[in-house]
Amino acid sequence: MNVRTCIALLLCLASPAFSQGFAGMGAATEGYALPDPTTRFSFPEDHGAHPDFRIEWWYITANLTDADGTAYGIQWTLFRNAMAPGGSATDQAWMGHAGVSTPDGHFFAERLARGGTGQAGVTPEPFEAFIDEWRMAGPDVNDISLTAQSEQFHYDLNLKANHPFVPQGESGYSIKSEAGQASHYYSQPFYQIEGVLTLPSGDINVSGQAWLDREWSSQPLAADQTGWDWVSLHFDSGEKLMGYRLRNSDGGAYTVGTWITTDGTPEPLANGMLTMEAVNETDLAGRTIPTVWDIALPSKNLTIRTSAVYPDSWMGTRIPYWEGPVTITGSHEGQGYLEMSGY
Amino acid sequence: MTGPVLSALLSHWRRRPFQLLTLILGLSLATALWSGVQAINAEARKSYDEAADILGGGGLSELVRQDGAAISQDTFVALRRGGWQVSPVVDGWLPAKNGRVRLLGIDPFTMPRETATGAIVAPATFPDMMGQQGVIFAHSTTAARLTSFGDRLREIENLTPGLAIADITAAMALTRMDGFSRLLISSDQPLRRTPLNEIAPQLSQSTPDAAEDLGRLTDSFHLNLTAFGLLSFAVGLFIVNGAVGLAFEQRRPVFRTLRALGVPARRLVILLTVELLIFALIAGAFGVLLGYLIAATLLPDVAATLRGLYGASVEGTLTLSPMWWLSGLAIACIGTAAASASGLIRVARMPPLAPARPRAWAMANLAAMRWQLGLAAACLGAAILALIIGGGLVGGFILLGGFLLAAALALPSMLAVLVAAMSLVTRGPIAEWFWADTRQQLPGLSLALMALLLALATNIGVGTMVESFRVTFTGWLDQRLVSDLYITVDDEADAPALLAFLDERADAILPIWYVDGDVLGAPAQIFGVSDHPIYEENWPLLASLPDTWNRIAAGDGALINEQLARREGLAPGDALPLPGAWSTTIIGVYSDYGNPIGQVVLPLDTLVARYDNIDRSDFGILISEDRAEALKTDLSQSFGLSDDNLVDQSALKAFSMSIFERTFAVTGALNVLTLAVAGVAILTSLLTLASMRLPQLAPVWALGLTRQTLGRIELMRALILAALTFILALPVGLGLAWVLLAVINVEAFGWRLPLHIFPGDWLWLAGLSLAAAGLASLWPARQLAKRPPADLIKVFTHER
Repeated sequence: MNVRTCIALLLCLASPAFSQGFAGMGAATEGYALPDPTTRFSFPEDHGAHPDFRIEWWYITANLTDADGTAYGIQWTLFRNAMAPGGSATDQAWMGHAGVSTPDGHFFAERLARGGTGQAGVTPEPFEAFIDEWRMAGPDVNDISLTAQSEQFHYDLNLKANHPFVPQGESGYSIKSEAGQASHYYSQPFYQIEGVLTLPSGDINVSGQAWLDREWSSQPLAADQTGWDWVSLHFDSGEKLMGYRLRNSDGGAYTVGTWITTDGTPEPLANGMLTMEAVNETDLAGRTIPTVWDIALPSKNLTIRTSAVYPDSWMGTRIPYWEGPVTITGSHEGQGYLEMSGY
Repeated sequence: MTGPVLSALLSHWRRRPFQLLTLILGLSLATALWSGVQAINAEARKSYDEAADILGGGGLSELVRQDGAAISQDTFVALRRGGWQVSPVVDGWLPAKNGRVRLLGIDPFTMPRETATGAIVAPATFPDMMGQQGVIFAHSTTAARLTSFGDRLREIENLTPGLAIADITAAMALTRMDGFSRLLISSDQPLRRTPLNEIAPQLSQSTPDAAEDLGRLTDSFHLNLTAFGLLSFAVGLFIVNGAVGLAFEQRRPVFRTLRALGVPARRLVILLTVELLIFALIAGAFGVLLGYLIAATLLPDVAATLRGLYGASVEGTLTLSPMWWLSGLAIACIGTAAASASGLIRVARMPPLAPARPRAWAMANLAAMRWQLGLAAACLGAAILALIIGGGLVGGFILLGGFLLAAALALPSMLAVLVAAMSLVTRGPIAEWFWADTRQQLPGLSLALMALLLALATNIGVGTMVESFRVTFTGWLDQRLVSDLYITVDDEADAPALLAFLDERADAILPIWYVDGDVLGAPAQIFGVSDHPIYEENWPLLASLPDTWNRIAAGDGALINEQLARREGLAPGDALPLPGAWSTTIIGVYSDYGNPIGQVVLPLDTLVARYDNIDRSDFGILISEDRAEALKTDLSQSFGLSDDNLVDQSALKAFSMSIFERTFAVTGALNVLTLAVAGVAILTSLLTLASMRLPQLAPVWALGLTRQTLGRIELMRALILAALTFILALPVGLGLAWVLLAVINVEAFGWRLPLHIFPGDWLWLAGLSLAAAGLASLWPARQLAKRPPADLIKVFTHER
């Protein structure tokens, strides 16, 4: 998954690799564990950190509405990045991102921490992922409370799901490019979420749907991939779609995804089955960002348009990107999240 | 008409290129010294600001432990997890060549992005910073002083010299600290935080004031430089005044002709102003260039002084802003305006048909002299007031300035009295004419002589201060450096083995252990000394309670240095609160020259019992001279100690003296420059007078004195006046020295020095001033001696 990878790689801060346009990634993986197609997830252990791998994240996005029907979006992310191979706690760098999309503007915050001090980390059972006072904590990952804040916002939300975790790609082995870069990747797209958002205008009770992505890898990108457009969509039918398009420097793209049935069964989509086309753009932070997309999945008779609810959902963090809620119209209706980088 | 008038005015300078030269020279010199000093000050201030910005977290508030102890990592993490956006800082020192280097340990992950450090250390370097062996960042000049770190050093050119930055982990290892010095509080804090007293009641929030330390400590030094710059500027203006005055007098016929031809007075004044403005800009440009050269030449010495004396680092290169160039030109214009205002006013008021005869400036003007005396009395009054009220360093400089100005203003009257007295005791027509003529010339020469007086008094005063300091400092060093050999171990773990090794070989081992801490709100060092009779024999105390050393040995109290005592108004018998929330009694006060911060000396046992993070790497060794060399060899073989780690007493003395010499190298250079400027002032004044005095000399020549005799008399007059000025400058200079030693030094450095007198230096200076005056008058005298008799006869044909 796209932006997340980009961000996590930047967090690795060993930017010689980055400044060469990811070309050095192959060499930089030396000493790290590599994703293996035969690996199967084992919970709760796999909810915790995998420090032998270079990068990893715990990523939640949620579509929320208040009592009046006003839409909000929140993001909560914890990235882990190893600064050196070997899995030692003190070699880990942690980064948290939190965002809130509202009718009154987009709020975001960023936190950094070194590993091994207790300032940030993850324990699989009872589950807790944290950086500073930001927490994603359960008894387990299907029943968690989520908090983050900045000088402008605060949120305190509860997430519950009854579905099993959904492995992405081939049984959780997600291939990122034709060259074979891959990651371990699972999701929980079935959360019901409710809680309180605190904004400059005051406290707001909200509820809605949330989506968790868990991914770890050591060499997830191809050299010529320049940016990403990623969606996680909740259809009113109860079905879900995760899709992303990795843009190549030559103008081509690698587009894959997963169709998730109402009971959580994943149907991986091979490169090219899904199409994504930008149809409208927003000028933001000195860039032109495509905030309206036409997405088609002929195998499911799906032809939809996703439109950003708040086109100003810009994360002006150290590595900037766009991340915010969308509404879905067309053959299927619903809501979801869009994430874009490299613009 | 403007063109022809301007060309008529400028033709004067074409005919008298030397006059133009003195005008430009005077103005350039005045501007040069002023802007040179400004450049040095600006450079130093910039360095302090950068350092303060980094050390003080750019003005962010911070959390510190009230007892001054280190803050644990657990406390930091608890605060972060309670919502506090804080970032740890480890503040310590690294041993380095020529002193030490401030080491700042930062956490690149939590460092607020708005801080200077956050901007300096790029994220790409974070991984290399991690761990105990992480990289250390420093400016290239600082890196050159940190020789023992090899490839761990990374040079960053936009980091302030004298400062090194590393990750907290590396910094804690290097400074042997077990925790953080303080936590910076980011200006952005989230909405909800657990109250501080629930997480860490031992911490309190404070706004940083330590950042101001460098600025405050070095203020005195920069004030000194500024005072020198101003003095030179004033002296330079005397030259300009002389040159402009002369030019105006000589052009009176031209002015009269122009006025008679119908040029309005207003236009004439405007054109003269334009002419002067052109000169001011040209001379200003020269002066600023020259100032740059002076600053560039002196800066390395100034930087060495600031490092040696205050531990402050200043970049060794000058970067000059356009503002500095502009202000240099502006000061040249202002100076020209000040020096030529009276001349311009006279031209404006001149009636069109005024006689073209050069107006004898020299008419003794009793009223003017009285007015000057009144002003002198006022200045002296201000000086005395400043002495009585005693308003810190600024008060000290008011005292200094008032005293010097009073002396300069009173000089013409004093000289008049002296000359009148001389004429009373002389007999013979030539002698009587000589004294009468000298007295008559005094007003014309008085400005130049005032310049000479200022230059001489400054030379005597500053010279006496420096020499007194040198004598005191040398004697103090002899006593204070009690150990024969000083050893520094790189790793404290080596210390026990070293002690065992030395136990059999040395006469005594005196540990020199210390901790850094805040005493009464300012940084200080707390030392421990062992109980050894050599201290009692050698350590000079300024004030003490009886039975001093036995009391110290018994743990009854502490010694403090003079700086700390003066700053806080402490005396033996007073209580002294110390870090770690305890206090002891002051048993004695010792002098501690060349050290900017406070010092406390405790018995070694007390130090070890009270404090944890003691620096235990330094030892003094007593050993007879003949065995010292062998011991050094043994030590370097057995413990791998380099020459940097083994310093004998004489080397340390030589090093201290070299710092001392560099400190005053700048003072010496400015002294000589000021005297040179005064010499030029005398020359221009004499030249001005020489051309005007023909009507007074012609009758004497007609009565039979040869031109050669007249020339010799002129030379002698200059010498006599210079000698009289020197005699008057002596008490002024000694007064100045007293103010510097007893007032300025105490305010600036916190120590008072005894006044020593060096008549030998005065003789040298007297010779120098006579030489300056003689050289300056040689040319006018020679011109007179060679003057065609026709010129002298013309005086009578033109007699009206």
